[in-house]
Amino acid sequence: MREILNNYDVLGAFWGTIKLSILGTIGALILGTIVAVLRLSPVRVFQWIGTWYVNTFRNTPLTLLMLFSILGMSYILGIQLNTTDISSNVFRWAVVMLSVYHGAFICEALRSGVNTVPAGQSEAARAIGLTFGQSMQHVLLPQAFRGAVAPIGSTIIALIKNSTVAAVIGAGEAANLMSVVIENEGSGFSVFLTFAIGFVILTLPLGLLITRMSRRLAVKR
Amino acid sequence: MKVRQLSAVLAASVLTLGLAACGDSAKDGATDSGSTGSSGGKSVKIGIKFDQPGLGLKVGSDYKGFDVDVAKYVAKELGDSDITWVQSPSAQRETLLSTGQVDMIFATYSITDKRKEQVSFAGPYFIAGQDLLVRADDSSITGPDSLTGKKLCSVTGSTSAQKVKDKYPGVQLQEFGTYSECVAALVSKGVDALTTDNTILAGYASQDQYKGKLKVVGKTFSEERYGVGIKKGDTALCEKINTALKKMVDSGDWQKAVNDNLGPAGFKVDTSVNPPKPDPCS
Repeated sequence: MREILNNYDVLGAFWGTIKLSILGTIGALILGTIVAVLRLSPVRVFQWIGTWYVNTFRNTPLTLLMLFSILGMSYILGIQLNTTDISSNVFRWAVVMLSVYHGAFICEALRSGVNTVPAGQSEAARAIGLTFGQSMQHVLLPQAFRGAVAPIGSTIIALIKNSTVAAVIGAGEAANLMSVVIENEGSGFSVFLTFAIGFVILTLPLGLLITRMSRRLAVKR
Repeated sequence: MKVRQLSAVLAASVLTLGLAACGDSAKDGATDSGSTGSSGGKSVKIGIKFDQPGLGLKVGSDYKGFDVDVAKYVAKELGDSDITWVQSPSAQRETLLSTGQVDMIFATYSITDKRKEQVSFAGPYFIAGQDLLVRADDSSITGPDSLTGKKLCSVTGSTSAQKVKDKYPGVQLQEFGTYSECVAALVSKGVDALTTDNTILAGYASQDQYKGKLKVVGKTFSEERYGVGIKKGDTALCEKINTALKKMVDSGDWQKAVNDNLGPAGFKVDTSVNPPKPDPCS
């Protein structure tokens, strides 16, 4: 195990995983919030668009989305996020696809959070003359986020682990280095253990933090 | 009370798990000793690739390719009539051998010193080399030196990909999980060339849907010696396989297998090193 750490840039590879995860999480939170607002809006067409988004991306395998981003979008349609450098193009598409895929889950987590807010809250918001946007922004979403910390946290942990799927398009992260190590050193238990521990280090503290936060932030009713 | 019940259930499940593991290894050990001492019409488990056209490809319930033909010949010579084919992806080959899930591996398995620490090799039965696959109408790429500024494709983590990164830093490398995706990217002009062993490239170029669209450049820049992976230290089996391989070359069946599987794409075997002489067993 020490041999692997000495001969290969394991930390660098996990740094790639961390970058991918952080950017993916930001993207997923933004997209998920937008889609959740669409699904909750009173306009039918917006609701349809939101429902379509969730049903499409939640039910498509992430591997397929990743491959489609490079083979389909980049190479057939010619939509490249960096035209001069392949590895950066791949990395950016990986971030986009992680965001798009997990955005669907964030949206559903947020909607479950909205359901924890009593109906009286939105009725009161309407009664004092707030528009849909205002009541979302000031009344519903802040409470919904606090109620949805635990499911959103689970989605983020899933996102960190799913970032390994980006290896199928060759993004520089932990799973990519793992296949290099296996190719050179042969598959051994120590290889598996090294990378498994790396992911536990990333996800376990996050899980504990989320559990604490979900308790502290929960709206006392 | 509840805790005690829970721990009892846990303990029981751990115990059964352990038992299951024991049962498995015992069974594996038994079949193993049966097949290593086998020369009288016993069954044998052979690991091959299932997804490599021209080398080891599953077609319906049948298996086709150069690796498969060599494996069949060797098994026949060893007196093993009943072959069970086992899929052995690159990353699992050492584990499959050391745990006895397969007896022999014919899966574009290059002999390297690192791998010799974990498994033993018979052969080699073919000397391949890293080469380039390009579109048939592309004459701008003639070898590794004309790659600067071009987009190259290979499989994530593979030796070929690592070599390109180390030796040709001016080349842009796209990595995918399998070669099929690289071929798709090459055909759709997303990348300019695909690099890996020439045998694998020839296999893809020979596929019906790509016939005439792709060509192998034919300028190898590495040497990959395909060996037969066997359990570490099994010199008796190694000697037997080497004898069988020699017979296959001498009888002309080796050449026939090459022509049948890799020939259709106009692939030329490097005759200065092929057919190879097996290494002494150790």
